[in-house]
Amino acid sequence: MAGRIEQPTIGPADHAGEVALRCRGLIKRYEDIVAVNGLDLEVMRGECFGLLGPNGAGKTTTIEILEGLNFGNSGEVELLGRNWGSGHDQEMRERIGIQLQETQLADRLTVEEVLRLFRSFYQRGRDIDEVIGLVELDSKRRAAVQKLSGGQRQRLALACALISDPDILFLDEPTTGLDPQARQRVWQVIEGFLGRGGTVVLTTHYMEEAAHLCDRVGIMDLGKLIALDSPNALIDQLGVDQIIEFETDNGFSGDWLATLPGVKSTQRRMHRQVLQVDQVPTALPALLAALQQRSIEARNITVHRATLDDVFVHLTGKALRDE
Amino acid sequence: MNRQGSPLWELTIARLREFYREPGAVFWTFGFPVLLAIGLGIAFRARPVEKPRVAIVDEQSSAWIAQAIATDDTVVAEALPEVEAANQLRIGAVDVVVRAEPGVEHAVIYRLDPTREASRAARLTFDTALQKSLGRSDVVIGREQPVTESGARYIDFLMPGLIGLNLMGSSMWGIGYAVVWDRKRKLLKRYIATPMRRSHYLLSYLLSRLLFMVVEVAALAGFGFLVFGVTLHGSIVGVALVSLLAAFSFAGLSLLVAARAQSIEAASGWMNFAMMPMYVLSGSFFAYTRFPELTHPFIQLLPLTAANDALRAIINDGASVASTLPQMVVLGAWAVLTFAVALRWFRWQ
Repeated sequence: MAGRIEQPTIGPADHAGEVALRCRGLIKRYEDIVAVNGLDLEVMRGECFGLLGPNGAGKTTTIEILEGLNFGNSGEVELLGRNWGSGHDQEMRERIGIQLQETQLADRLTVEEVLRLFRSFYQRGRDIDEVIGLVELDSKRRAAVQKLSGGQRQRLALACALISDPDILFLDEPTTGLDPQARQRVWQVIEGFLGRGGTVVLTTHYMEEAAHLCDRVGIMDLGKLIALDSPNALIDQLGVDQIIEFETDNGFSGDWLATLPGVKSTQRRMHRQVLQVDQVPTALPALLAALQQRSIEARNITVHRATLDDVFVHLTGKALRDE
Repeated sequence: MNRQGSPLWELTIARLREFYREPGAVFWTFGFPVLLAIGLGIAFRARPVEKPRVAIVDEQSSAWIAQAIATDDTVVAEALPEVEAANQLRIGAVDVVVRAEPGVEHAVIYRLDPTREASRAARLTFDTALQKSLGRSDVVIGREQPVTESGARYIDFLMPGLIGLNLMGSSMWGIGYAVVWDRKRKLLKRYIATPMRRSHYLLSYLLSRLLFMVVEVAALAGFGFLVFGVTLHGSIVGVALVSLLAAFSFAGLSLLVAARAQSIEAASGWMNFAMMPMYVLSGSFFAYTRFPELTHPFIQLLPLTAANDALRAIINDGASVASTLPQMVVLGAWAVLTFAVALRWFRWQ
């Protein structure tokens, strides 16, 4: 079609070390709130970058500004060397794949028909059958969208994002509301895309998702990035070895637990008590003895390595998900 | 690589698929107007002419009246007691009550409601019959020529109006709901995240309307011909051309109405707001010449009026396509302007 620029297909290796997207000083205000408050970000080609944060942290606003679906009040966004609104929007759209939070595709079309429609919007792209195979919807290709399960719909949304063979894939909460098995299958598709050298920017409030997929994560709270590093580095920065958690009755006050040997800090989360511990062999016996001495009934005592959840709690004092 | 369809074609096809897989939509578009035509056709079917019904007060002094018209067949007269006759008149079972004027020879009194057309006609008919039977002779001979041929009945008037009305209604409901629903479920947002041209999305509605238009017009016109013998006196090309322009103008109007609405309820309100005036004014069910003459130029600028007028001229009067040019210009202007404004105003998220 006239007016569109031919995109040469270049192997992913050619782009290693290049910046896929960059934003500086991004601010987005709505009437009563500042959704994004001075965000700086750089994502490299071939990287999987995760924006983490609780609901209302500004993740969706941020990713929609990066996708060119929303605009900041100030700041700069550069995507594959171009800026939104500078006359290259069509060309930029050719090269990104997007999955929005909660889009319902046309109910009465079949999987195959939806993909054929989306494919027609792009100059270049992948074969419909190939993408259907990729998201494992072969047996559903003639099924109407309204007959698909939640996981199947999510994989179809992913297929719509992949149909153009994009350079960058934007995924807004790709697995929210899915059961663990369905989530695993979505992860496999994303990993397949990364394996081809694609760049992924995703938002999630599942820590295990970020830890599993992302090379780097940015933790957002109240419109700001409060931490930015690889999942392992963030966990290391906590300076704790392990986490001990247990449940007690409500009304339990556990501030004194921080004074136990080997315990660095402690927080109360709902009915659970969380202890950041640097020496489990010292801390665990001391904890058990102290609980017994005070006749406190502790249930479901677990010891695990620190996770991004713990990083988030440590950084913000809030749980990442409403539990 | 699959063969890749053009985006406009794929969008149009998707639109058609979504439509015909929705059984309710199919009924309201095609079934409803046919039912409406059947209902109205039955209500306005050709009936034997009813004779005026006259009550003669059953009393000695009025007996000569009944005797005088006993052999007449232009009215139905019956003798009734005075109270009963008054009652029958009140409920409309008789059109007029007649009795002799007391004390005056060959003088009668008609009791009737002069605002009732049927009563005035009954009085005249009865009076004529009475005068004739008592020896009055006509000076002019009048002969009736009944109008029953196709093209001049109410159903002939109605059919083109129903076609126009249906083109408007199905476009409004079909497009308005589909657009707002796409917006509500964020499908519009998903589309504009692709390189899809926004005008293609809107044009796909115009093109899909074009296909529906052919089926709708054919169904209604075919029904009118088969059941009521409504025939086409003008050119079929003219009907097609006017229908096409009408379909485009209503599609443009529908897109405009749905351009910003966020909910189905809001869209319904705006659709009714747009359609109501045309429903009443545009002469689908009765001629708009009943409205004050001052208003006619404005009524004629409405797209439904233009469609109805042009369709009636071609179907009923056999008018040439060229003579409907003013109406076609009105329809074309509505199509272009509404589409352009809709494209500018359209809320995609």
